[in-house]
Amino acid sequence: MSFFRRILLVVLLGFNTPISYAALTIEITEGVESAVPIAVVPFASQTAPVNISAVVNADLERSGYFKMMAEQSMPDKPTTAAEVNFKDWQALGQNYLVIGQVVDAGGGQYNVQFQLLDAYKSGQLLGYRMSSSTSDLRRTAHHISDLIFEKLTGKKGVFSGRIAYITTNNLGGKRQLQQLQVADADGFNPQTIASSAEPLMSPSWSPDGKKVAYVSFEKKSAAIYVQTLASGERVRVAEYPGINGAPAWSPDGTRLALTLSKDGSPDIYVLNLSTHSLTKLTKSFAIDTEPSWSPDGSSIVFTSDRGGKPQIYIVPSQGGQEKRLTFSGNYNARASFSPDGRSLVMVHGNGNDYRIAVMDMASRSINVLTGGRSDESPSFAPNGAMILFASKKGSKGFLSAVSLDGKMQQKLVFNSGEVREPSWAP
Amino acid sequence: MKLNKILWVLLFAVSALFLSACSDEEKDASLTDGTQNATSGINDASTNGLNGTSGMNGSGMSGDGDYASTLGPEFNDPSNPLSKRTVYFMLDSSEVMPDFIPVIAAHAQYLIANPAQKITLEGNTDERGSPEYNIALGEQRAKSVAGMMKVQGVSESQLNIVSYGEEKPAAFGSDESAWEKNRRVEIVYQPK
Repeated sequence: MSFFRRILLVVLLGFNTPISYAALTIEITEGVESAVPIAVVPFASQTAPVNISAVVNADLERSGYFKMMAEQSMPDKPTTAAEVNFKDWQALGQNYLVIGQVVDAGGGQYNVQFQLLDAYKSGQLLGYRMSSSTSDLRRTAHHISDLIFEKLTGKKGVFSGRIAYITTNNLGGKRQLQQLQVADADGFNPQTIASSAEPLMSPSWSPDGKKVAYVSFEKKSAAIYVQTLASGERVRVAEYPGINGAPAWSPDGTRLALTLSKDGSPDIYVLNLSTHSLTKLTKSFAIDTEPSWSPDGSSIVFTSDRGGKPQIYIVPSQGGQEKRLTFSGNYNARASFSPDGRSLVMVHGNGNDYRIAVMDMASRSINVLTGGRSDESPSFAPNGAMILFASKKGSKGFLSAVSLDGKMQQKLVFNSGEVREPSWAP
Repeated sequence: MKLNKILWVLLFAVSALFLSACSDEEKDASLTDGTQNATSGINDASTNGLNGTSGMNGSGMSGDGDYASTLGPEFNDPSNPLSKRTVYFMLDSSEVMPDFIPVIAAHAQYLIANPAQKITLEGNTDERGSPEYNIALGEQRAKSVAGMMKVQGVSESQLNIVSYGEEKPAAFGSDESAWEKNRRVEIVYQPK
């Protein structure tokens, strides 16, 4: 077995066409009734190529926490605090107001400033001035959204984060193009980091967000690769006979948990990425797969059908006693921990429906969050408040996000192709 | 889940009878039409860095063509079990259904008579449930078929197994008629 062998690859220039399957639209399918009214007033001097206030407006709306005021309902368009007549906004039932300006500083730089105002207290809650290059304007807008979201909800914003996912485009007959893409959390700026005519699967982010591990069948058998996002350089870390699947980074980034079936039935292994040593963690004669680490790195949860049907089990990451965690439902699979380690999200099947459910680790009670027939691949947002998952309606696959309490749900609709296996960057 | 060897031998004894009794009878035309991947071509993979940085590209040739149909008339004769090269399964099961035992037996006999011939057993599942669990389930299905062939005397070196899980559906759609076509093992003859 040639381990960590660098693959000889040809440099391919100009392949990357970031906007090819670009726009994705987001529909909020369910929102909270207690959404807070807020007005994001169009920022002044919008000569910048990105409409920053529009991006902020869309971010906040997408979170489901806010009820956005339509632009045409605004009494005026103040861009400085001195211009704001707070009584007008109070009368229109607005709790908060966001105003700002974007000034072209020349040389491809913009100065962006914004203020978050409390309409009832007639005062400022937040005020920032930041400088942004033209290419970073969207990122700056998402950063503003994060700041506002955190100020008003107490939760960290995830608007400036990224997601990875797999798209499939059928090219006719049985030919298909699979692409592993990385995009902003709102689906913009999608970039293809790997593509193949054969299946790509199971993207997993390194804890520092710089690398993605994934499974590729490009050689007509499964292998696990680790790819550095900035350079596109990648290393093959597992190519054993049989299954090479379900890579999952340890929280310290030094190891990958993965599934191999080289000894017969699929088992969970831990691969040390610096020493290349491989430790077998489970040894059942049944299917053991889909490992995922606890945030402190002490345990690994996995799916096993050793009891007849797939259920979630837990094992110390150094090896030890394996314990079953789920007993409700005849199908529980693909579990992963929330960032605080207090809950597990999983695919929960009963009869013909596969839905996203969260289990409280203390009480072991399971709360089903979604109502789809074929919901899979759940992934927690880094703030633990939302879960991204893949869903299906008819033969169309798309991504959805649901809040931890199940009350808010949004759908991310891509223009073409099927989208699966989303994973939120750390 | 897994039948032991004695049971397999018994199944083959039964299947031999079954084969002679109903070799000219189609069990389910829609499920056993023997059509295989009709495409062939270049299989490639490439990677890219973010923000337009150049990435890398690897490519290799692959032949996905239906090689078996070129092996002889028996592979194209609908009344011959060798023309059937897909084995279907029940939901979440890797147990071979009795209908397909004669098909597997016929391919096993061919492989024994042609020891240089190699096949790949491609395990697949329907789209429901978790993709990686389905990879494991697809492998179990392929191993069930391989196990039956080995018990009959096919050499392990003639058998290659790969599981694609739910990644390579034979039929698109999210209903039982698509799902039952996707829960399958494809017996793919490899060019020598």
